[in-house]
Amino acid sequence: MTWYEKVLPSRISTERRTRSVPEGLWIKCPQCSAQLYRAELERNLHVCPKCSYHMRLVARDRLMVFLDPGTGREIAEKLSPHDPLRFKDSKPYRTRITQAQKETGERDALVAMTGLLKGQPVVACAFEFRFMGGSMGSVVGEKFSRAAVWSRDNRQPLISFSASGGARMQEALYSLLQMAKTSAALAELAEARVPFISVLTDPTTGGVSASLAMLGDVNIAEPNALIGFAGPRVIQQTVRETLPEGFQRSEFLLEHGALDMLIDRRQLRDEIASLLAKLMKQAPPPDSSA
Amino acid sequence: MDLKFLDFEQPIAELEAKIDELRYVGDDSEINISDEIARLKSKSESLTRSIFSSLTAWQIAQLARHPLRPYTLDYLAVISPDFQELHGDRMFADDPAMVGGLGRLDGKPVVFLGQQKGRDTKERVRRNYGMPKPEGYRKALRLLKLAEKFRLPVLTLIDTPGAYPGIGAEERGQSEAIARNLFEMARLKTPIISIVIGEGGSGGALAIGVGDRVIMLEYSVYSVISPEGCASILWKSADKAETAAEAMGITAPRLRELGLIDEVIREPLGGAHRDPARTAESVRAALVSHLRDLESLDVNELVRRRAVRLRSFGSFRES
Repeated sequence: MTWYEKVLPSRISTERRTRSVPEGLWIKCPQCSAQLYRAELERNLHVCPKCSYHMRLVARDRLMVFLDPGTGREIAEKLSPHDPLRFKDSKPYRTRITQAQKETGERDALVAMTGLLKGQPVVACAFEFRFMGGSMGSVVGEKFSRAAVWSRDNRQPLISFSASGGARMQEALYSLLQMAKTSAALAELAEARVPFISVLTDPTTGGVSASLAMLGDVNIAEPNALIGFAGPRVIQQTVRETLPEGFQRSEFLLEHGALDMLIDRRQLRDEIASLLAKLMKQAPPPDSSA
Repeated sequence: MDLKFLDFEQPIAELEAKIDELRYVGDDSEINISDEIARLKSKSESLTRSIFSSLTAWQIAQLARHPLRPYTLDYLAVISPDFQELHGDRMFADDPAMVGGLGRLDGKPVVFLGQQKGRDTKERVRRNYGMPKPEGYRKALRLLKLAEKFRLPVLTLIDTPGAYPGIGAEERGQSEAIARNLFEMARLKTPIISIVIGEGGSGGALAIGVGDRVIMLEYSVYSVISPEGCASILWKSADKAETAAEAMGITAPRLRELGLIDEVIREPLGGAHRDPARTAESVRAALVSHLRDLESLDVNELVRRRAVRLRSFGSFRES
């Protein structure tokens, strides 16, 4: 059995996909309220064909549609969370982990894969927002660092899709230090002059935004994603004034100079492949509509 | 002196008030009451010792925020009397919540950085309660680069509730400013020592806290989110701050136990504000000793070890 045969069957199962969107054949777009046929929505990468609203994607689906079909191979997949502080709020952290694992089928909030992007080897990782809000704890930090090391050692560009509320409080200071750890991994990658593309998706806030997500050689965001350091509610409580229209949305960040580009999900493959080919001084990638 | 006793110190406050009263009486009376004062003073001291021997994480958090606690510039006045403050990020503004500049430690030139809180209301507002904005972190970065260029060690004093969560701060890229510092500090070719002197509040603290050594004062705290913030998110009630403080393990001894910091510096009985001069001397001595270790290393080896250190943070399973 080759590696992708081991990986693929369970990974692209329709059962997994159906959980990314509410049950039923028809799905209502949260923005324009259009009734969308599920299969069509999936073909359209969960972007509303009527109004281009970008719905959230499951991490594994994200990587599957980004990488060339059948080329994704998971790395550091055996890492799983530990509860060093025996943390307990209204529920024990361990219970929350088990629940999140059951709900998502993931061990923690980051999935990392090597694979091909239009024929070129890359490393890509994606945050699973459904896993405790995509929060960054020790597993996310370690997995991201391993992806960066792989990327550096094999001189394959790293692409990260963030979707996270920030640090995982249940891991307390361990989680804060993951910000330093992932940034350090990216600093080493930068020294080796291997490109890092950061794609910020809805939502990217807190410790993830204030570390790896803002450190791309190129920072890209999907349209209308919430991106910021502090959450809007916290800011509202602090400043006690009305937040500006479109505050902390991708378009706002682009306008204020924090992002390089705003890219529709359906163009991400083309645009990123084209950016990477230039940064790696390679010939233009083949045109494709994959 | 008004020591601004905290709630849990009230028994001490009552004794001290009694001592003051007696002193007042003693001044203009013929009765010799110095014996009584001495007795009460020794009682007050043993009471303080007993209260401080079993502080909860929440009580320590209150000490870390004590209104009389020495701040960055108070330490620099003692440690480096010839400190010269350098201002501004060269791009937007000077952020008074972050101070930095050139000084000396034990005669050796160094760069100092630290968040700065204000003592009175006007100063607190001017310093934004020690919560830096992007321009503060970018000033820090500029000084980190200055230190690297001239091969000067960097000593950072951490004392902030967190990076400022405001509209302007978001517009100017608070996330990027913090991320950039983490990225640059990881590879900076000069020794970095960080010491948490009060509140080590989240990313806003870490943004000047990526050190070859990280040390904490005994009654300082360091955490991913304030106990109140954690409580209101996870317990849905800010009243659970005490429980959250305990659960997160935010105190120096606990973090030392977990191997996340390198040293705990003892504070005078009752906390740093009871004897700022002695606390500053302990801080100075610790910095001198850590710096001596680090300066014996070749700079490439130093950076390599820092990378290994950063890589080691985390607790997970693999199977």
